[in-house]
Amino acid sequence: MKQRGRSLILAIWLAVLSLCVLVIAHTRFVADLSAFMPKMPSERQQLLVEQLRDGVIARLIMIGIEGGDAAERARLSRALATGLRDDPAFMGVQNGDAATQERDRAYFFDNRYLLSPAVSSERFSSEGLRLAIGNSLDALAGNGGLILKRLLPRDPTGETLQLLEQFAGDSQARSIEGAWASRDGKRALLLAQTRGAGSDTEAQSRAIDAIRQVFARIPGRSAEARLVMSGTSVFSVSSRATIESEVSRLAIASIVLVSCLLLLVYRSVALLALGLLPVVSGAVVGITAVSLGFGHVHGLTLGFGTTLIGEAVDYSIYLFIQRAGGANSAGFWRTIRLGVLTSIAGFAALLGSSFPGLSQLGLYSISGLVAAALVTRYVLPLLMPQGIAVRDLTQAGALLDRVVGRAARLRWLIVTLLLAAGSSVVLHAGGIWNRQLSALSPISKAEQQLDMELRNDLGAPDMRYMATFTAPDEESALQGAQRTGAVLQELVKEKIMAGFNSPALVLPSKALQRARQAALPDDRQARTRLREALAGMPLKPDRLDGFLADIQAARTREPLVRADLRGTSAALLVDSLLVKRDKDYLVLMPLRATGGSPSGDLIDLSKVSAALDAKGLAQVTVIDLLEETTGIFDSYLHEALILSGLGCLAIVGLLLVALRSVTRTLRVVAPLACAVLCVSAVLLAAGTQLTILHLVGLLLVVAVGSNYALFFDSAALPASAADHRQTQISLVVANLTTVGSFGLLGLSKVPVLSAMGATVAPGALLALVFSAILARVRSDAGSH
Amino acid sequence: MLTMFSLTHIRAIVGALLTLSTSATLAGDWKLADLMQTLAQHQAGRASFVERKYIGIIDKPLESSGELAFTAPDRLEKRTFKPKPESLVLEGDKLTIDQPGNRRHTVSLQEHPEVSAFVESIRATLAGDRFALEKFYTLELAGSAESWQLLLIPTQARMTDIISRIRIGGSHANVKTIDFEQADGDRSQMVITKIVAQ
Repeated sequence: MKQRGRSLILAIWLAVLSLCVLVIAHTRFVADLSAFMPKMPSERQQLLVEQLRDGVIARLIMIGIEGGDAAERARLSRALATGLRDDPAFMGVQNGDAATQERDRAYFFDNRYLLSPAVSSERFSSEGLRLAIGNSLDALAGNGGLILKRLLPRDPTGETLQLLEQFAGDSQARSIEGAWASRDGKRALLLAQTRGAGSDTEAQSRAIDAIRQVFARIPGRSAEARLVMSGTSVFSVSSRATIESEVSRLAIASIVLVSCLLLLVYRSVALLALGLLPVVSGAVVGITAVSLGFGHVHGLTLGFGTTLIGEAVDYSIYLFIQRAGGANSAGFWRTIRLGVLTSIAGFAALLGSSFPGLSQLGLYSISGLVAAALVTRYVLPLLMPQGIAVRDLTQAGALLDRVVGRAARLRWLIVTLLLAAGSSVVLHAGGIWNRQLSALSPISKAEQQLDMELRNDLGAPDMRYMATFTAPDEESALQGAQRTGAVLQELVKEKIMAGFNSPALVLPSKALQRARQAALPDDRQARTRLREALAGMPLKPDRLDGFLADIQAARTREPLVRADLRGTSAALLVDSLLVKRDKDYLVLMPLRATGGSPSGDLIDLSKVSAALDAKGLAQVTVIDLLEETTGIFDSYLHEALILSGLGCLAIVGLLLVALRSVTRTLRVVAPLACAVLCVSAVLLAAGTQLTILHLVGLLLVVAVGSNYALFFDSAALPASAADHRQTQISLVVANLTTVGSFGLLGLSKVPVLSAMGATVAPGALLALVFSAILARVRSDAGSH
Repeated sequence: MLTMFSLTHIRAIVGALLTLSTSATLAGDWKLADLMQTLAQHQAGRASFVERKYIGIIDKPLESSGELAFTAPDRLEKRTFKPKPESLVLEGDKLTIDQPGNRRHTVSLQEHPEVSAFVESIRATLAGDRFALEKFYTLELAGSAESWQLLLIPTQARMTDIISRIRIGGSHANVKTIDFEQADGDRSQMVITKIVAQ
């Protein structure tokens, strides 16, 4: 019977593990920036997220070439662009080359009568023509004479210039030696648009490699020429690489550290292997649970998961050391169960977080800890050798016992520390929390700096302010952009903003193009009106035959469509601002702040909204992306504060129920509260502003630390002195593994991981020390 | 990244194709080096100008007028009053173009070598900067100190496509005429009259 029960347990354990491995084999692991994006975004946040994930902006790679002289950089830029244009992974590459400039000129000049906002039937009446041509002649006399002279025979009304005036004020890359260059002239610049979506990190990674390879193969490249890249996709790829390498590094380091520590204590490879069984089982079950619950597992979750090693191994440590001493079995498991429950209560608070990284961590830890505890409780005792020979720890135990016995004398120290910590926190009261989302980002300061430089040099607007709406089809999207543009144009005149961009500027709606065509006179009318217009002017009508022919061509051609933009830089503009999605079109119209206003580079969006509403364009949303991201972060933080509060309350409630005593509960909670306060104070004093991850770390200090406090509490119950010693030893070893694995996390290059590690490692240590100091003094202390 | 347009380059070229000048004083033996030295000594000046453009398809010359001002070493300003007010200010590497009703445009000369060649023909002449002139042109001097003619012939292909020659005429340190002959046969003639400080 006993043998059957034993086999059943082992069979169930192995079956569950096999199923888990099967699930994990089919699990999608991601390491992009999605962990930072809200799970249940508002409509505005959704826009932001979609842009980051699927928009064209996420498919742009900004490339800089440094080193060498300007001519060499321009040559490399051309060679790189040529190489990448042949690669199907790229939809387009721009570097300010003459051919693209020529295509741009051709597109705008050839299609000027469909594109110019000035085209109207009045302008093409005799009087209108007379006025427009008269203006052109005046301009011809002025500084612009030479270029206007070339335009005049075919464009006497100056339509091309009318059209270009719309783009005046757009910043753009400067050009050196026929290639884009940075403001300081020290970098050649290119812009590549990948075919793969921004969310397809794999495709982005291949594209980035392709750029490196093409660059490396350019013949005659001087050794000092360097390639730099930035953009959303570059960030995704580099953060994935960082997270991947960090996670495996941390996992290995953590396993090695814990193994060494345990070998030192156990002096038995068999016990070490047994001790790691709950850890491995926990990790496998944890990953499976996240995979099933979320559909994918984020790399960061695995990173946090390494800390599980430090915690899950504790149970087997308690088991081996305390049971070796022959401790009271029922009491032991009761304490372990309560410890697991308090940890679960802490992690459960994370489950509700809308920050996907945290809710994954919550689920992973809860399922992992439960699995580890179950394996320790039911599987390990079956596999454990009968008389386990843990290294004789009596000596160390006795020493520790004396230390703990005297620890109570240090209570005055706690009071002092608390006062100091309390005043440190109060001093920093105004700036405890870091409200920048970037504080969590795995992207380094240097990478962010490079991104800003390239962005500025390429003349890319910061995309902070945006008017945006959706439309069922391209035509209605463009018409909407035109109506919105008309309102925005008024706001530009009122100096509420400096300008805006719109896909309709380079690709007007078919309706508008047809209206412009309708405003153009037929051939006979055009000849008559031109003759009337030119009466008395020093220009004969027969010089303008090209003009007449162009009007007729424009009047009768099919309206322009997206395909007509192919090969021009305007194609990228339309792709960026008019985004085709599954069911609809998303229109983005970036707004430019006037700058130099007393309020800085800001736009009063309430005025923009009001103006749009007044014109019946309430469906157009105007957003400040900076405010949105800050808002997301604020809501994460706010939510995490509430959740942590609830988590702590749950832990206290649990303790009250289990211990059935307010005094004992207080005794357990007090050292934890002290540890939390001291850690916060030290972080703040060191100049660290706390992030959401620090907050979660503090919650874990409570969840993990409660185990120590509980054992100290139970150790105060009547039992043999030997038991106490064994308990204390096991606590110290367990604490060391926890501090070690979180400490390693604290050294990580990924801010999210290091924030948590740097909080939990000292917090757990302090929790143990304070628990020892504040533990009830035993009647038999020092009486051996 | 939404505005990778080279369109405003066109605007830049509009500003590029300008025509400017000023005045200067002189004495001594008559060689290119002497002219340059004389011109170089002249630190500042103000003058009015009348410019006529002879353009093939226009039946009569187009006239504009305004004022020029030069301050050594590198500031040149051209204010056009008629037929439409405009202003061009060249300072160092920066060319700023203002037209009422339009935005201000700023162009860097380094990015536009042909614009650079164009404006240096005038600025470097006024500054007596032979080195700058010879970067773009071969120079020929004829006449006497009282009435000299400096001929600038562009050496770079992208300039010869536009301009065949520039003729600058003057007396001592005063530049009096600047004629541009374009490759297509059109030409412009600027007559400069020094404004004597009151």
